Amino acid sequence: MSLDAKIPAGPLAEKWSKHKFNLKLVNPANKRKYDVIVVGTGLAGASAAASLAELGYNVKAFCFQDSPRRAHSIAAQGGINAAKNYQNDGDSVYRLFYDTIKGGDYRAREGNVYRLAEVSVNIIDQCVAQGVPFAREYGGLLDNRSFGGSQVSRTFYARGQTGQQLLLGAYSALNRQIHLGKVKMYTRTEMLDVVTIDGHAKGIITRNLINGNIETHSGHAVLLCTGGYGNVFYLSTNAAGSNVTAAWRAHKRGAFFANPCYTQIHPTCIPVTGDHQSKLTLMSESLRNDGRVWAPKTQEVAEKLRTKQLTAAQVKEEDRDYFLERKYPSFGNLVPRDVASRNAKEMVDDGRGVGGSGIAVFLDFADAIKRLGKEAVSAKYGNLFDMYYQITNEDPYTQPMRIYPAVHYTMGGLWVDYNLMTTVPGLYALGECNFSDHGANRLGASALMQGLADGYFVIPYTLGDYLASIGPKPVDKNNPAFAQTKQEVVERINKLLALKGTKTVNEYHRDLGHIMWEYCGMARTAEGLTKAKGLIQELRADFWKNAIVVGQNEEVNPALEKAGRVADFLELGELMVDDALMRNESCGGHFRLESQTPEGEALRDDENFAFVSAWEYKGDNQPEVLNKEKLEFEFVHLTQRSYK
Amino acid sequence: MSTGNMNFTLKVWRQKDANSSGKMVTYPAENISPDMSFLEMLDVVNESLIHKGEEPIHFDHDCREGICGMCSLYINGRPHGPKRAITTCQLHMRSFNDGETITIEPWRAAAFPVIKDLAVDRSAFDRIQQSGGFVSVNTGGVPDANIIPIPKVIADEAFNSATCIGCGACVAACKNASAMLFVSAKVSQLGMLPQGQPERWSRVQAMVAQMDEEGFGNCTNTGACEAECPKEISLLNISRMNNDYFSAKLFREEKVHDHGASGGE
Ligand SMILES: Cc1cc2nc3c(=O)[nH]c(=O)nc-3n(C[C@H](O)[C@H](O)[C@H](O)COP(=O)(O)OP(=O)(O)OC[C@H]3O[C@@H](n4cnc5c(N)ncnc54)[C@H](O)[C@@H]3O)c2cc1C
Ligand code: SF4
Ligand code: FES
Repeated sequence: MSLDAKIPAGPLAEKWSKHKFNLKLVNPANKRKYDVIVVGTGLAGASAAASLAELGYNVKAFCFQDSPRRAHSIAAQGGINAAKNYQNDGDSVYRLFYDTIKGGDYRAREGNVYRLAEVSVNIIDQCVAQGVPFAREYGGLLDNRSFGGSQVSRTFYARGQTGQQLLLGAYSALNRQIHLGKVKMYTRTEMLDVVTIDGHAKGIITRNLINGNIETHSGHAVLLCTGGYGNVFYLSTNAAGSNVTAAWRAHKRGAFFANPCYTQIHPTCIPVTGDHQSKLTLMSESLRNDGRVWAPKTQEVAEKLRTKQLTAAQVKEEDRDYFLERKYPSFGNLVPRDVASRNAKEMVDDGRGVGGSGIAVFLDFADAIKRLGKEAVSAKYGNLFDMYYQITNEDPYTQPMRIYPAVHYTMGGLWVDYNLMTTVPGLYALGECNFSDHGANRLGASALMQGLADGYFVIPYTLGDYLASIGPKPVDKNNPAFAQTKQEVVERINKLLALKGTKTVNEYHRDLGHIMWEYCGMARTAEGLTKAKGLIQELRADFWKNAIVVGQNEEVNPALEKAGRVADFLELGELMVDDALMRNESCGGHFRLESQTPEGEALRDDENFAFVSAWEYKGDNQPEVLNKEKLEFEFVHLTQRSYK
Repeated sequence: MSTGNMNFTLKVWRQKDANSSGKMVTYPAENISPDMSFLEMLDVVNESLIHKGEEPIHFDHDCREGICGMCSLYINGRPHGPKRAITTCQLHMRSFNDGETITIEPWRAAAFPVIKDLAVDRSAFDRIQQSGGFVSVNTGGVPDANIIPIPKVIADEAFNSATCIGCGACVAACKNASAMLFVSAKVSQLGMLPQGQPERWSRVQAMVAQMDEEGFGNCTNTGACEAECPKEISLLNISRMNNDYFSAKLFREEKVHDHGASGGE
């Protein structure tokens, strides 16, 4: 199948406005004849559902938590980018575009990224109008901070709780539409499949998580806004419930899955302490504005720190290696995430790691506290310091934080065209669950921007084009596709419930996570990936024989929910490994040891790999087929990324 | 999988569903590490229950870092357990003594019916927000974000109110099961900001009316809510809301603004 990304022709700065003009419109009186299904009500879904309802469409929205306010977006800490140039420090739409393309190691589409930068400014206006309390300066205007991969201050923030405040803003817009009767909200409801009729998405199958009812919902279009799949690694910074099921089910119904191996490993997370751990906690990238990353210069000093013969404060200045500042003088501690993570790993591999396990480096605020005072540091980062203290029982005001990289975000996701439509007509993907704008590495504070761009400012335009083309005729709920798909969902649930083996679903999940982290994590090799593929296949086969799933369908049954999600992760994991093996180059977060520069940086192979990989499902236990969307660069010149 | 050497006796509320009656059941929690969070400790217990083919103890949770408001649990008679200003998912086992008996119950309030075991239905909170917890602006067509300067103190104070995570501990802590702290946090946030002024009076009336309809109790100024709130939402919010509520009565004769017809209709 040939992939048409539908990027409009013409100069970069005119593409989106021209495209908006060319899109078909649905006349206002007809909008209420269309039903739109929105699965997921995080930033992407809540903003889309509210905006579409405001336009007059009938929206049905779904989430698996007890309230839309609890979507994983709530946990975003550091901030949201926008090319407002309020700081007069040289920012512009073009610069945000350029930083994002470069940060993504030239593996994203120019057209998409430019549009993202263009609408970023509207997002801030929208959020402020809703009453989102962003941080302000004493003069009453909005404050900004810097984030990795850029040399301007363009990040808007609300203390360390930016995601919370943005989501509560989108949630309030959604609530208003629920109140007006334009959105019908289904909470504690999990989508388990997509219904397609003549190749078009026309509905979904859901399970009510309270009583187990399997329900069908029809609509003229289905929008998946279901978040990322970082939990395939078991330990990640994602919320416990984050999962790939909605996207994976859609994949099996014909939506191509793009760049599955592009995973973001975030450099500053609280290190793992033991096997009991259920998640890893992020320490926001914003901390790198004022915190300095270091490791001991020698293995001897590191050993003394590990065995507590020395405290961090006692390590002399000349025995410290501020390795990011040393290697990247112009970006210093604010290099992009992939670069910072790999360097931390290098320190640990070199025997210079700290903490009990030796798998950590320091993030030190002593200088910042000296320079700004404890109070100022606390005003900026207080909640993060508290969080760190709660988890580690160590006080970051008096001793440096111990940090280590952890899985955080997935750049890969459902393939979408410029209109955010997947390869299944009428099925859209927004937010982290699509692959669209971040290439092989996402810059900090850009996911919130992308989720809200998709929901507030892209889909309200592009969806109308499709709806106008299919017309407002009601969807036929008696079409056998609904009953057929529902039947398949029921059979799968029964198959899961019949598993009465000896190993818990959680144990399988943890095993899968170990395989993924070991072989498909920060450094990947052909040999390791080949091995991982076999291990995952074995684990999956074992799961379907030997897992234990307790309880029944007709009740609250988290064991059943988790079993379905882990079963999907066990399939996705293999595709990630296939993708990583196929991509015989390094780019952004995808680091193949076989492909590095003499200085150990990611070495791209533009001649052979300047494409998006889009995988096509071909049936159970069949190899997936690789489709390539070639990336054309008309406006930026591809170079080896340098942050030196 | 457990790695530690602490042991506890848990007394846990088990209830099959909203229509069944529940009871306390005792479970051992063994080989617990002081570095485990309270929820990780429950994970360990649940894994052993599943191995025995028994149903795990059900509790709500998601982010596990104190921000989503999904976790709850009434631990030894206190919402979110013994420590101040944190949620249950941020509570670590080092805060308990080895050998201790720990009692775990769901939030108790008529407006929060039990769904199963320790999970309750807090959708009343959503309905209160839906009744008026918003500024009626549509997407697009809004002014530049820096058009309205907002004094930093006001912005900061509005932010403090906006940090409520909607967990419901305030209701669980209150002997009257009042939701005043939760409702007032939203009313205050928007009431303090210029963006919230046009609907200030209608908002407070609508939200209070919905709160009453949901069956939450009255506020008798005991202050247990503030003491147990993981985000330290201040009682000041309640005073502000009361003020607004009485001022709003002055506007009663006016036709109460219906929250903005949607565009395109
Ligand atoms: C700890 C942390 C900090 C972060 N900080 C930042 C930051 O500072 N800046 C930044 O830009 N980005 C940040 N990110 C990334 C960013 O938060 C996410 O990428 C973004 O919020 C994802 O939004 P979303 O709307 O796509 O998905 P989510 O917010 O994950 O929402 C997914 C929604 O889908 C629903 N759902 C999923 N599956 C189903 C199903 N099968 N059926 C029904 N509903 C379903 C869920 O209930 C939920 O409503 C951070 C991420 C983490 C983990
Ligand atoms: S006011 Fe505090 S206790 Fe009440 S819901 Fe909000 S955060 Fe929870
Ligand atoms: S699980 Fe999110 S606040 Fe506790």
